[in-house]
Amino acid sequence: MLIHVDVEKTMVSRGGRFTLQAAFSSEEEFVVLFGPSGSGKTLTLLSIAGLSTPDSGKIAFNGRVLFDSKNRVDVPARHRDIGYLFQDYALFPHLTVFDNIGFGLKRNLQWRLSKEDRRRVQEHMEVFEISHLARSLPMALSGGQKQRVALARALIRKPNCLLLDEPFSSLDTLLRRKLREELARVQAAFKIPVIMVTHDPADISAFAQTLVVYDTGQVREVKHYLKKDRQPHASVLSLPLSGSVL
Amino acid sequence: MCAVMRSVTPLLLTLKVAGLATLAAFLIGVALAWILSRRQFWGRDWLDAALTLPLVLPPTVLGYYIIVLLGRNGWIGRWLYEQFGFTLMFTWQGAVVASSVVSLPLVFKAARSAFESVDHDFEKAARTLGLSETGVFFRISLPLAWRGILAGTMLAFARAMGEFGATLMVAGNLPGRTQTLSLAVYDAVQAGNDQLAGILVGITSAVCILVLVSSGRIFKTQYLREVHR
Repeated sequence: MLIHVDVEKTMVSRGGRFTLQAAFSSEEEFVVLFGPSGSGKTLTLLSIAGLSTPDSGKIAFNGRVLFDSKNRVDVPARHRDIGYLFQDYALFPHLTVFDNIGFGLKRNLQWRLSKEDRRRVQEHMEVFEISHLARSLPMALSGGQKQRVALARALIRKPNCLLLDEPFSSLDTLLRRKLREELARVQAAFKIPVIMVTHDPADISAFAQTLVVYDTGQVREVKHYLKKDRQPHASVLSLPLSGSVL
Repeated sequence: MCAVMRSVTPLLLTLKVAGLATLAAFLIGVALAWILSRRQFWGRDWLDAALTLPLVLPPTVLGYYIIVLLGRNGWIGRWLYEQFGFTLMFTWQGAVVASSVVSLPLVFKAARSAFESVDHDFEKAARTLGLSETGVFFRISLPLAWRGILAGTMLAFARAMGEFGATLMVAGNLPGRTQTLSLAVYDAVQAGNDQLAGILVGITSAVCILVLVSSGRIFKTQYLREVHR
């Protein structure tokens, strides 16, 4: 991945004003945005996804300019090919697990997914071991199951990059450790670059190749841990993950 | 028997007028509610107040406004008459306009609060999954808000059924043409026809109770949203 972010945004609310000034670049496959709550990490992530518009600046991904205030470029979120995992996963509560995962494959007036697409949904459910939940509604799922559904829903569209907003914050410690390993496997299996927002230092040691440290709306520090050509997480790559369809 | 026959015409007319008025209020109310709940623009609060106004203004005042706008010498009415030789005054179409204005706030208010209670993250998630704004509206926002909207729409229908004041001013009280149930009740009482009045009142009450019970049930089963939050 080759990402370049340099954005500014000022938000005025009852509490006062908040200014985000974030600039960083990375060529690594796993970028961690770290900092206390309310330091602008999520706002940066939303800007990369096209869900929040910065006041000024530039965002480029793999050579493609996604946002450039000078040249008035602002690619809409639906055309950015970026997967986004919300903090509480934002699974659509009125749709079953199957329909949630197939959501992004369906066109607006399409009544039913094509056979090919239905097969893809099946395969993704198998990979994430949630086939037995196909007809459940999101409210019946546990935290870990919700995360798998959300991952499957984002990855089935083959995005160029996956953005994770505090993916483990709503889980208990035991599950957190398990899902960290799972995420590392998923990243390796799908070969997808990840940008993660977190305020848990454990996520840095587990994942960070590039670390971006935030404080009160500013990027304080950018650290590069690994050279680009070094294989990350050799230990977890050996774990089994049925990746035939990937 | 004669009284029953005489109540059939106003009943059918009332259902036609209230049905079409509710349809109009639904389309306009939902569209405006969507815009006001999702867009920031100058004068938003004033527009919201203007759309809620029919709920608190006396129906006669509303009727007066409609005449000023749509009457044969009204701002829009004059143009309609000159272009098409058509006027809404003293027609059942005029009754539809009056009823839809009166019941619009009920759809609008319910739809706006229903849209506002839909978590924005669902809409954002849908955008990252490749949906256009139209797609987001029809596949996320509307399905998640439909219970609230439907309940408001049923209230609007009940309100349109009972519309009296504005309808009387705009469409008059012409038996067989613009005389709806509530107007027929008034006429029957004035004429001392207690039997007819009783039947008309019974029909009106029964339909309204049916509508209110159903809309109450819809409100009660609003589980999806609450459980999710």
